[in-house]
Parts: sequence; structure tokens; C-alpha cells
Amino acid sequence: MKKVLVMILVVVTAYACGNQNGGSSAKAPGSEATANDNPSYDPQRGEGKFTKVDVASGLDAKMLEAGTKVYTVKCSACHKLTGEKLVGPGWTGVTKRHSAEWIMNFVTNTDAMLNKDPKAQALLEICLVRMPNQNVSDEDARGIYEFMRKNDGIK
Amino acid sequence: MRNYKLSAMALIAVALVTGFIACKPKNAGNAVSADAAAKVYVAPGKYDEFYNFVSGGFSGQMSVYGLPSGRLLKVVPIFSINPENGYGFSEETKPMLNTSHGFIPWDDQHHLDLSQTNGEIDGRWIFANANNTPRVARVDLTTFHTSEIIELPNSAGNHSSPFITENTEYIVAGTRFSVPPDDANGDVPINTYKKNFKGTISFISVDKGNGKMDIAFQLQCPGVNFDLSHSGKEKSHGWFFFSCYNTERANTLLEVNASQNDKDFIMAVNWKKAEEYLKAGKGRKQSVKYAHNVYDEKTHTATSEIKTEVTVLDTKELKDICYFIPCPKSPHGCDVDPTGEYIVGSGKLAALIPVFSFDKIQKAIAAKDYIGDYDGIPIIKYESALYGEVKKPGLGPLHTEFDGKGNAYTSFFVSSEVVKWNIKDLKVLDRAPTYYSVGHLCVPGGDTKKPNAKYLIAYNKITKDRYLPTGPELAQSAQLYDISGDKMQLILDFPTIGEPHYAQAVAADVIKNNSVKFFKIDENTNKYVSKGESTTKVVREGNKVHVYMTAIRSHFSPDNIEGIKLGDEVYFHITNLEQDWDVPHGFAVKAAGNAELLIMPGETQTLKWTPDRVGIIPIYCTDFCSALHQEMQGYVRVSPAGSNVPISYSLGTNLPKEDSTTKK
Repeated sequence: MKKVLVMILVVVTAYACGNQNGGSSAKAPGSEATANDNPSYDPQRGEGKFTKVDVASGLDAKMLEAGTKVYTVKCSACHKLTGEKLVGPGWTGVTKRHSAEWIMNFVTNTDAMLNKDPKAQALLEICLVRMPNQNVSDEDARGIYEFMRKNDGIK
Repeated sequence: MRNYKLSAMALIAVALVTGFIACKPKNAGNAVSADAAAKVYVAPGKYDEFYNFVSGGFSGQMSVYGLPSGRLLKVVPIFSINPENGYGFSEETKPMLNTSHGFIPWDDQHHLDLSQTNGEIDGRWIFANANNTPRVARVDLTTFHTSEIIELPNSAGNHSSPFITENTEYIVAGTRFSVPPDDANGDVPINTYKKNFKGTISFISVDKGNGKMDIAFQLQCPGVNFDLSHSGKEKSHGWFFFSCYNTERANTLLEVNASQNDKDFIMAVNWKKAEEYLKAGKGRKQSVKYAHNVYDEKTHTATSEIKTEVTVLDTKELKDICYFIPCPKSPHGCDVDPTGEYIVGSGKLAALIPVFSFDKIQKAIAAKDYIGDYDGIPIIKYESALYGEVKKPGLGPLHTEFDGKGNAYTSFFVSSEVVKWNIKDLKVLDRAPTYYSVGHLCVPGGDTKKPNAKYLIAYNKITKDRYLPTGPELAQSAQLYDISGDKMQLILDFPTIGEPHYAQAVAADVIKNNSVKFFKIDENTNKYVSKGESTTKVVREGNKVHVYMTAIRSHFSPDNIEGIKLGDEVYFHITNLEQDWDVPHGFAVKAAGNAELLIMPGETQTLKWTPDRVGIIPIYCTDFCSALHQEMQGYVRVSPAGSNVPISYSLGTNLPKEDSTTKK
């Protein structure tokens, strides 16, 4: 009797299983197939809307000003301007480690990059705090990149 | 042997349970049919189809459920303090609960009404009444924050509120206790009720653009108990209907003394006429005191203003505003059907439901078909206003909702049932038991021109054996019925917070896409905002110390603070620098005689703390925010009064550089 009841319970419970509609953006790293398996994925560019960013040789003063402001409010709590890791990596040399497109895609499309991009996932394994999506506009992302360039010694 | 015994016991148990259910009134045994589970099952990760906003009664708050699952989505603090998120505890939200009597930490929240445009729910705001210290609140449905609270002068027991007109022109607030007006001498013997006590109905205007409320005018009415109300719609737009009891004007043992008259009244109010008198300057400016509190989503701060004047129209002197319609046996619910033609009165002690006709009321007024007056207000002849009566519907009708298909659903407290009846022929079509003693009912849009009548929810007053026992105090129960077919079908029970009274429901699409996900930090104009860690600081102003602090996954800046002294008042102004959905940070201070803060992304909130002893006080984040949440903490050093430890603060490096207690 008892066994039968238990079996009924198991069956009823099993009925409720198997739904695959997650919809959550906060998947654990590595839970999806990484982009390594996809030959069309460009790991230098990353996942996002930026495919080709025009970067002049010198700094754009206006972009730099906007970028400095955004850095103060949205980035500086976790990223130092030296090479030292705080919550996230220090920014020294960041423009040499990553392309402008990759950086701007990561800044504007954070969750998708953390779920898919191999380099972003490698950084997450070191830092263990998912980079927050700080809702940076496209323009501000470009500003941040200009600010990073200045930090890397570009005049 | 043992197995046999077990099986026998199980069989007996099944038999007992079955027998027990069968003993309940009104065919409870077959009340739940086999497909009920499928009808209410909302798969994990899927959204509900409807929002259900449920009044919290003596909790003072509003709860938000998803339907058909009955899942509790949120409790919105309105009239009671809420230590869980700091509402009424943070410096920014304290002014929301200010009144002419000072700070009031609790109230009794009875009724809700969603804003409407053209008689349809527009999803912008929901209004809530406070029954104890009379107030009306507006909750913004983009943030689910209480945005505004207005106090009502000349009022006591704001019960027939916050019902609204079809374009949200007005919200009404009718006083349940008649009392002497605020500018009269209230120091009178209670037994001078008939002479000194007045009933007041407030018409609160709502700004079409931003929702701001203002008391447009008040109607001074005879001293009866105003109970519930609903506005006219379509053809009866411009009219409002209020039930009232205690026409005996008793001031003691109302249970008996206010149940003497065979009929009390429904009061019909021509508010367009009242507007004319107001425009013509017929109102009396009365000196009063009431608080008007507004929360600003840019400064993230509430301000409270005490207002001092209200315009009162005397309905005894100014003719053609109010008319009384006799209604049997202490009417409670006063509900208007979607066409605006039928007004359903529900006498708490009656065994029938009178349905009044708006057209007949108009004809009776034109023909002055009155049977006399009550304190200067004409009384329309019952038969001249009556469309018909629903005969023997049940015992103790309370409230009626509509499905827009010509049917009405009335709750019966005494006989514990919902009765479906046809408005045109007044015939009972179906009845369903409730468990137990149902109060209010809700059909999505059921009090508007366009009901969306898939479900009906019954909010019950008595719970008894519906859930696992939890000692003497039980949660109240709500019951969900599928009303898409001819017969009502009970499909779900769910517990509620406080005591649910009136509720509202609306299709999720009307609201969900407008939901704010975070506050833009660029738009934060809080006086004490820190936009970035480089702007954080600690500032002493006499014995007040302001800590400008930021929170981001997963640290506070600064997280080491020294120089606080006994006798100081410390204000922690925390700005959450996150700019993503669902990343609040919490903030708690050891032994703070206050609450915690829960700071939404982009928001600044302030916790006041008065240290009570010398020592090291920890602070930490209470809302699990990242893998390093447990590291999100800091220390505050409290020194004796008169100490010369200077203010210093830091993050990541020790300041002062040397440890003053171990190194010289």
C-alpha cells in the first residue's frame, strides 16, 4: 500500500518535470556550448552589435570626456587604472589585449558575452564575479574605449 | 500483518477524509473537478496571465499575485512601515507616512481601484485607501512604489474609497464614522451625534499627466455611516453611488441600534452638479490641516506638505447634488454594472438583492417622486428607483462584480457562497460554495465598462481547516473560480497577507511591459548621491555625520570609517551603482534601532544610526548579490564623546596607516 502510494507520488512528480523554458540570462558559465565549437564565431570581435569600430590614431577629446565620466560612475568601483586586479582586471594594457569591437561588445552585451565568449569566460574564472551589465549606451561604450586608450598612453 | 494494518488504516483515513469533505455545505465534495490542476498550472519560468492586486487589510499593504497560479509576486508597502526594504525607516521614505497627527506607522488598507481611461483599466496607477487615519494613496505601476499619499480632513474611517470615475477624474473617499467637522469644537458629548456629527465625502482630483492628487471639494452630508461606493459609467457617468447605514444615527451598540430601520439608503451624487456649484463659488473655504506626501523617483525622496484649506459644499443647502434611495437592511456593496444602467445594492442582513435603474432614478428626480427628505436630502420612492429584486438569492449579500455578458456575481457572507445571476431577468443561474464566509469578489475589470471575465476570485473572511494548521492565527484564504463557462468552477485556493478586502485584476500585458528595471544613475538627483567611488566621503557637521557611500558587487566604498563619537547622529547615504535589473544591495548596521535599507540599482537611500556604545560596529550587505556577497562588509569605529580621533575613511588601504592601538 505504502509502496503504491510512493509510486503514485513519483509519477505525479515526474509529470511536472521536463519543462525547458528557462529564459534566464544568468546561466552558469560553461552551461552552454562555447563559441569554440562554432567556426563562424570571431573570438576577436566577440558577440554583439559592434563589427568594425573606426579608431583614429589620436584621441578624440569629446569621446574622452564622456568616457571619463562613465568610468567614474559605472566602472571605477571594480577596475583600477593600473594592472592590479580589484573586482575585475586592471585596465593597463587592456586595449592591447582586446580589440575595440570585443571591448565594446563586452561592455554593451555583457550577459551574452559571459555566456558565450571564451575570453570573457576565462576572465570570469579568474574574477568569479560576473561583470555587471551597467547599461552603457553605444556612445558611452566608445567613450570608455577612448578613455582606455588614453590610459594605455595614446595621446 | 503490519502491512495489512497500514493498508486498513490508510483506507480508513481516505474514508474519513472523503466523509469529512462530503459533510461540508453546498456540495463541496464535487466542488473541485479533475482538470482544475491543469487550469492553474503555470510552468516554472512562465508568466501568469493576470496581475491580481489584493488589499492587505490590517497589514496596511497591498499584495500582488499572479493568476491563475495564485503565486505571491510582491508586497507593496503603502500605509505600514516595512523593515524588509526600509519603507518608513529610511530618511527618504519617512515623509510618506506623515500626517497632520505626525508620523503614523500603520493603517488598515481595504480597497483598491486601478486607474481607468474611457472606463477601461489603463494600467498606470492603482489607488488604495487607509481606513483608520483617513488617507488615499497612489501606487505607480511602473515602479510598484507608493508615489503619493493624501490625508483627508473632516473624515474618520475612510471606507467608501478609493473608487474612481471612468476617466480617473476623481477618486472618492466617504467617511465611515461621521464626526464633528475639523473646524468645529469637537469637545462635545458623544450623545449629541444627531446635532454635531456630519458625514463627509471627498472628491480627489487626479492630474491626467502625472497622477498628482488634490482634494477638489468635499460634500458635507448628513451624519450617517458611508460604507461603499462605485461611480456611474457610460450614461451614468457624472454620478456616484454610495451605500450608507446607521440612518438611525446611533452612537452606541450599532450592531443593534443601527439595524432598526427596514431600509437605509444608497446616496446618488450628481458630481457634475457639484462641480457647477464649485465653479460658481458656492463652496465654503474651511480651515483644516492635512498632509500631502509625494515621492520623487529622481531624488528618490519623499516630501510632506501640510495643507490648510479645503472647499466644502453643503448638500443640505445646495440642492440637486444628493438624493437618497431606500435600500433594504444596512446596505454594504454598491456596484454599478458595465452599462451604467443598473446599480446593485446589497443589504448585509437582507435575503434579496435590489437592483436600481439609472433611467428610473432620473425620471423620479425629474418628477420629484419623493417620499420626503432626510436631513434636507430628498428621498426617492423605493419602487420608483427599483428595476427589480433578485428573490431568494442567498443570505447576507455583500458585493457584486460583473462579467460584461449580462451577468452579475454576488458574494453571500452568511450563506458562504457566490451566486451568479442574470441582470435583465434577475434569475439565479448558478451558485458555488466558498470556504468560508466570503467578503469581496474580483473579476478582472469587473467594476469597469469592459470586464475580462475569465476568472472570479473570492476573498474569504474565515479560513478554519483550509490549510495546514498554524496555531490560532491563520492566513485568510482566497479562492479562484473559472467563470468562462456557464457554471462557476472552483480551481484554486491560496492564502493571502493581512485580510483581503476589495481587489483588482488585469491582464498582465497592460502592466508588465512598462515595468521599470532600474533607476538611471545619471538621473539620480538625491541630495546625497555619490556618482562613483571617487565622490564618496564622510563629512562631519556638528554632531551629524554624513557618510556618502556606494555599493556595487561586492563592496561598499568606504568600508572603514573612524572618527564617529558617542552622541553623533550618523546618516549612511548609500548609492547603488549597479545599472542592471534585479541587483539590489542591502545595508545593515549592528544594533541600529531602525531597519535595513534595500537599495535598488541607481537609487540612493539613507539610514540614520545613533551609536549607543564605544566599539567597533560591523556593517554589511543583506541581499545576496554575488559569489563574494559574504565579503561585502565593513567596520565603523565608535569613540567616546570628546575623543580626538579624526574623521577618516578608506577602502582597500588602512587609514589611518598605522594601527593606533598596537603601535605608537
